Amino acid sequence: MERRPKALPVLNWLTGAVFVAALYIVLFWAPQEAIMGDVQRVFYFHVAAGWVGALAFLVTAIVGGIYLARGGQRWDRVAMASVEIGVVFTFINIVTGSIWARPIWNTWWTWDPRLVTATIMELIYIAYMMLRQGIEDRDRRARFGAVYSIVGFISVPLTFLSIRIFRTIHPVVVGSNDPTAAGAFDMTVDMRAAFFFSLFTFTLIYITLLWNRLRLQQKMEEIEERKLRALSA
Amino acid sequence: MTDYTKQKIESRADGSLRAYLRSIAAIVWKDLAAEFRSRELIGAMLVFAALVIVIFNFALELDIRTREAVTSGVLWVTFAFAGTLGLNRSMAIEKDRGCLDGLLLAPVDRSAIFFGKAIGNLFFMLIVEAIILPMYTVLYNVNLFQPGLILVILLGSIGYTAVGTLLASMAVQARTRDVLLPILLFPVLIPLLLAAVKASNGFLQSFEIAEIMPWVNIMIAYDVIFIAVAFMVFDFVVEE
Repeated sequence: MERRPKALPVLNWLTGAVFVAALYIVLFWAPQEAIMGDVQRVFYFHVAAGWVGALAFLVTAIVGGIYLARGGQRWDRVAMASVEIGVVFTFINIVTGSIWARPIWNTWWTWDPRLVTATIMELIYIAYMMLRQGIEDRDRRARFGAVYSIVGFISVPLTFLSIRIFRTIHPVVVGSNDPTAAGAFDMTVDMRAAFFFSLFTFTLIYITLLWNRLRLQQKMEEIEERKLRALSA
Repeated sequence: MTDYTKQKIESRADGSLRAYLRSIAAIVWKDLAAEFRSRELIGAMLVFAALVIVIFNFALELDIRTREAVTSGVLWVTFAFAGTLGLNRSMAIEKDRGCLDGLLLAPVDRSAIFFGKAIGNLFFMLIVEAIILPMYTVLYNVNLFQPGLILVILLGSIGYTAVGTLLASMAVQARTRDVLLPILLFPVLIPLLLAAVKASNGFLQSFEIAEIMPWVNIMIAYDVIFIAVAFMVFDFVVEE
């Protein structure tokens, strides 16, 4: 039986420590925003979760392409693990956004391009998981998953573009800022540091979760194989 | 390269292109002939579409003023729902009676099968739309016969059947197939449907063409991108 790689527990503990540090930095160290007050602190984890969601789905589409080109079950395992993480983090992104929007926009939800695009992206990947559940054959499941992840990933920017033609009220904090957006602010140097630290933290969490999920999948497959062998013996 | 070999390569390419188009035409013809004899697919789509429009009448209280504003939305929801019926059915016939295996055994390029099925589905969709449009015009006294609107419907149907045929051929091979197709299809279709609704609305309310063009451009981009993607990945969907 395959031993646990030595680097994995190190990574687990490191990620835990970095996350605690990120909590401290975001909740206490980062300066309070002048107009919005403490609720602005949601922003750090909100954007980081959205970033992990997009990254995870990008990874799924890329490994899907690799799987179609070369084959190999491990690429499919990465795709599945990445989608699961992406769906969870996109959900965190939407929920934290709602928590922020309630005091700032005075509503939990509005049909803004970014909100709608995030929701549709979430639905696409929930559909992806349902597609996989409906197929027993392993190779076919992997192939269909790869095809759908590519189709879905291409449609997301198109969705964003087409909804974007309506006016948006969602603030753009990174990059150019539209002053008419409700709840916009300029980051100070300390805020910027906290922001990048939380991005880094969430990326690390993604990598750690992905690795653990892959090992879990391997174990599950090993158990399946052993069961089959025990039954046939 | 000598002139002779060049000519030979060209004629070969030309010949294979002609063979390719012929096999597409054969598949389209097969679908049309089967439908012409059984008349089960278009009939079901039509009745369903008519029912959806009647239900909208009660659900939205389509009086004269709201009618103007919601017509394009009602039309596209109707087409999208009726379309999934057709797509499911058209792939299910292939799967159930083992026809798909027969098609796959035929010595033609797999993508020819995709284009054949997609064009067949597009035909059915256009026939249903061609009947629904005058029906809607008569029932609600809104003139739908405008060249701009027809163009939008054509562009929308092309994108719809391209993505729909690809996803339907995956859905029929899954355990939960009837439930699965709309779940797979609609989230991916949203940019197309949104642009189609907006562009149709623009033409119906005679907006300026500069306001409508961004939507038409999105539809063209969508069609081109997804026909190309479907062309590239269809092989993996029907592989055994």
